[in-house]
Amino acid sequence: MKLEAKSLGWTARSRRIVQDVSLAVAPGETLGLIGPNGSGKSTLLRLLAGLLPRPSGTVLLEGQPLSTLSKRDIARQIAVVEQIAETSEALLVRDVVELGRTPWLSALAPFGAQDRAIVAEALEAVGMDHMARNSWATLSGGERQRVQIARALAQRPRLLMLDEPTNHLDIHHQLSLLRLVGNLPVTVIMALHDLNQAMGCDRLAVMDGGRMVACGRPEEVLTTARLAAIFRVQATRLRDPADGATVFRFQCREA
Amino acid sequence: MTVAADPLVIVRPIALRGLLGAAILALAILLGVVIGETPLPLSTVAAAFANRIWDAGLAVDPIDAGIIWSYRLPRTLVAAGCGAGLALSGVVLQALVRNALADPYLLGVSAGAGAGAVAVTILGVGGGLIGISGGAFAGATLAFGVVAVLARAAGGGSAQLVLAGIAGSQLFNALTSFLIAKSANAEQARGIMFWLLGNLSGVRWPDVVLAAPVAVVGFLVCLWFARAMDAFSFGVSSAASLGVPVRRVQLMLIGAVTLMTATMVSLVGSIGFVGLVIPHAMRFVVGPRHARLVPASALAGAVFLILADIVSRMLIPGQVVPIGVVTALVGAPGFALILVRNRRRL
Repeated sequence: MKLEAKSLGWTARSRRIVQDVSLAVAPGETLGLIGPNGSGKSTLLRLLAGLLPRPSGTVLLEGQPLSTLSKRDIARQIAVVEQIAETSEALLVRDVVELGRTPWLSALAPFGAQDRAIVAEALEAVGMDHMARNSWATLSGGERQRVQIARALAQRPRLLMLDEPTNHLDIHHQLSLLRLVGNLPVTVIMALHDLNQAMGCDRLAVMDGGRMVACGRPEEVLTTARLAAIFRVQATRLRDPADGATVFRFQCREA
Repeated sequence: MTVAADPLVIVRPIALRGLLGAAILALAILLGVVIGETPLPLSTVAAAFANRIWDAGLAVDPIDAGIIWSYRLPRTLVAAGCGAGLALSGVVLQALVRNALADPYLLGVSAGAGAGAVAVTILGVGGGLIGISGGAFAGATLAFGVVAVLARAAGGGSAQLVLAGIAGSQLFNALTSFLIAKSANAEQARGIMFWLLGNLSGVRWPDVVLAAPVAVVGFLVCLWFARAMDAFSFGVSSAASLGVPVRRVQLMLIGAVTLMTATMVSLVGSIGFVGLVIPHAMRFVVGPRHARLVPASALAGAVFLILADIVSRMLIPGQVVPIGVVTALVGAPGFALILVRNRRRL
């Protein structure tokens, strides 16, 4: 699924949250969005998913402007997992995942056997099939995140967008979730905070003050100078003797 | 999983449930016709129906026939329509606002409808049944608009909407009181106060002709958008990302709520607790999914209001207690019970 943004921007109450972002995501690619707090990562993600009203610039999905597609058509191709998912309804895990079928159903095309199979498959993909009959309210943070990803998978999207999916998860769940996302056969765009985790992406886009200041392969983008300028940290590159991978160690630079 | 491949397997339980629901509703309507100050035996009711529908020519006391056909049946049907409409309004508002407290009363829709109906009655604008209902609809729309604008200005959260609804309710109730104090004579004032508490006494066939189609249309709209309402479980933004055209769905559903609430309030006055209690009670029975919750709530609301009307006629011999008093007397403890049980279950 090819997604392309052309001078994309968004203004809220005369404040420019995102301005002039142009980027292209290739089919099958995993693109990471990184940047300090308030740099516009989440807003950019929502703009790319067509969820914000009246953006400036355009987003092209397979060459078609998002603004010309119906919400339903977009939701059949792009699934979004937001940072916060809360409900007061007493839904079961299965109910939540079934929500993912919404864009494929209507009053005249009700939930059928095929939808049931897709939901079961999505639950299995995130390893939550044994908890399908559990109540959403009783799940832990990691389980909820996985169920939301299953919901997104049930949409059968070609592009998956995740907003800081590893937030509030313990280290095991962070890593298993990233592996899960990495193994999915879809194009992925995700906002990430942990720069070492961001190293696992195919490409990184760096946001600062609402602008995209760099975009490229992780080792090219995450230079010591850029980390100092944008994230205000002194970074030391280290080599993990176990597998030769590059890891960063950070020290705070006082402003 | 493979069993469901045959569409009949899916259809059959739905048809069965529909039949069961229709049977329960018919039974409740029958009760509403049979029970009253003058108890009428089933045979008389059956004979009166047969005469009316098939011209059966059976011997029925014309007074009994009149009570059944002109008085109890329309009254019971309007009670059913109002109960269903108010319960559905509660379901929709709770889904859209994502607040368990949302119902047409709390959000000021009923108060607006009341003020609109009273304005038409006293000031004599329009007049007649359509005039009063039209006034109620205008008042309900205006009240919801005021509440929505205020909630948006206050930050747009669901708590803000409930607070704005309380302010809106107070405002429009005050407007109603002001209109009554300023313009109504003593006789009018008494009548309006009685009507505002909920009253089915004056209900005749023209009211059925208004209430029944509105309830049916409202029910169909809610059923049509059942899946969209499910999608609001995780909020507006999540619904949008699931492909729901949020604005259009909100507009259609709020339009349906305004129409149902305004019609019911203009016919029978303010009847509290139905929109709040019935949907919550039904969530415990059939769960939170709207494909089941919508029909269950419509049925339960209809049956509840028919029974409440029977109680309101029978509670004090020779006197009709306002039905709003009955629904509150039953609804408040019922709601308390639900809250406490819910707490234990969690």
